[in-house]
Amino acid sequence: MWKLLQIELFKIFKRPRTYIPFGAIAAMILIIQVGLKFDGRSYVELILTSLSDTFNMPYALIMNGYLAAFVILNTLLIQVPLLVALVAGDTVAGEANMGTLRLLVTRPVSRTQLMLVKFGASVIYTVLLLLWMALLALFLSMWVFGTNDMILARDNVIEHIREADVLWRYFAAFGYATVALTTVAALAFLLSVFAENSIGPIVATISIVIVLTILSQMRIPLYDDTVNPWLFTSHMLAWKGFFYLKSDGQGGTIDGSVENLSSILRSLTILLVYIVLFVTAAIWAFRKKDILS
Amino acid sequence: MSSIIRVTGLTKHFGELKAVDSLSFSVEQADIYGFLGQNGAGKSTTIRMLLTLVAPTAGEIEIFGMNLRTHRREILRRVGAVIERPDLYKYLTAYENLSLFARMSGIRPTSRLLMQQLEQVGLAERAQSKVKTFSQGMKQRLGIAVALIHNPDLIILDEPTNGLDPQGIADIRNLILHLSSHMKKTLLVSSHLLSEMELIANRMLIVDKGKKIVEGVVTELFHPGQTLVELDTSDPALTAAMLRRSPWQADLQTHRGTKFLLKMDKALIPSFVRDLVEQGIPVDAVRPRHPLEDYFLSLTTANQHVEAFTDRTV
Repeated sequence: MWKLLQIELFKIFKRPRTYIPFGAIAAMILIIQVGLKFDGRSYVELILTSLSDTFNMPYALIMNGYLAAFVILNTLLIQVPLLVALVAGDTVAGEANMGTLRLLVTRPVSRTQLMLVKFGASVIYTVLLLLWMALLALFLSMWVFGTNDMILARDNVIEHIREADVLWRYFAAFGYATVALTTVAALAFLLSVFAENSIGPIVATISIVIVLTILSQMRIPLYDDTVNPWLFTSHMLAWKGFFYLKSDGQGGTIDGSVENLSSILRSLTILLVYIVLFVTAAIWAFRKKDILS
Repeated sequence: MSSIIRVTGLTKHFGELKAVDSLSFSVEQADIYGFLGQNGAGKSTTIRMLLTLVAPTAGEIEIFGMNLRTHRREILRRVGAVIERPDLYKYLTAYENLSLFARMSGIRPTSRLLMQQLEQVGLAERAQSKVKTFSQGMKQRLGIAVALIHNPDLIILDEPTNGLDPQGIADIRNLILHLSSHMKKTLLVSSHLLSEMELIANRMLIVDKGKKIVEGVVTELFHPGQTLVELDTSDPALTAAMLRRSPWQADLQTHRGTKFLLKMDKALIPSFVRDLVEQGIPVDAVRPRHPLEDYFLSLTTANQHVEAFTDRTV
């Protein structure tokens, strides 16, 4: 299995288009960082508009690498699913389109193994993409903007996270984001089995994510109680929960705490279940598929 | 001698279409087994079922004495195949493609082995070139290298000479003969080039509309030494009268308009032509036809020029 995974990763990283998402992420992050560096004050004023009567915080305290990283994550984790789908949607459909699928399936390797290896390679790709994002969004921001306590605005509340309490939250958030994006990868992977061309699965994946995200965010009671809690898109942004602290009941917060860890874990479980379901369905469909390409 | 491939009652439906219909055949050790049929006859579907690309609707396939359904991996370790037009990873080099598929076939190829294989198919000098720069013939040759890299016992070739020039076709023919006679490989070859199949196959199967038409040893199915001869004359009445009076009447298959079709040993053609000239027959053309081609056409089409053969297995 390890040998097959090596072969699959070799194929992925030998292909020039594999590096497009890395370039796109770098470009987007650098654009945001440049924007914040030269006009971060306007952005901070905008997000603190509703609280300006209650709080008056110096800009220098608010704008630092941790806030910049949060802004970047908030922005990109909506677009990054497209980049993940680019590779995951190509895993099977791309091989069918190239005509190489029949060569793969006639090797002495079970179809299940083949699919697990392909999905595994997609997951590794997703992890590397996120590590790259972490490197640029977090560590580069820390270097450019420096570090300090992290100040976040949430509704009419200010979250104040001490500097020493921030970094582990980002590791947890990136870990969660990995699972969230793997769910998108698993969906694209499933759709890839049914197509002979990778454009179809990629477009279908993004369309599904967009439609379900809109549904998740609409506050229609009919869907709110029955459907939304079970949509995977409703749980993709739960990583933000790592930056919401428990209140100490006296107007302050408890360092090292997470306000609603059980909710985050529940969301994580739902995402993992979706991953298992999508991958299982993909393997089942592939085992029955007639390879005519 | 146990069969290398034994197919029993193989059937494949694609919806309403019956692509393969209760097909049964066997391929013996060291056979060069020709698999013939018109486009859409079911050859590629059958080959894909042998290679587990397509699941049969019914029937059984045994290869090396093992059931394909239950021993798929053990069987495929010993099978190499070129399926129609082989497509490889265009963004990888020939060497990388060969290495990758070799490793997936369960072997650890050395650089020397890979280069030897590329040399065998005439691609050693292009080992480091990306496949996207290859011609179709070069891709075909690389596909053959991929099929042979793990030293399989059974080699299945679906249209292996597609895209090859005459020298390439001759090279593939020689390679097939070498694999069979010297390396004792068993080969199943599907091809439209009947002239090539006539030269290499010792047994063959002809299918039409998914059904077996005939299977057997080539020399027992038709006489490669005999040929059909088409005579074109500007005086058909005189020609018909001459033939009625002569021993050549027994060889006459049919005649229509100015064309007469006769079947005779190739060695007798000069005598025939001499007789025609001596009898004053105005000969416009005398054209020999390939025996396998006509045998094939007689079985698979409603060709009015050739006597139809009934179903039989020899």
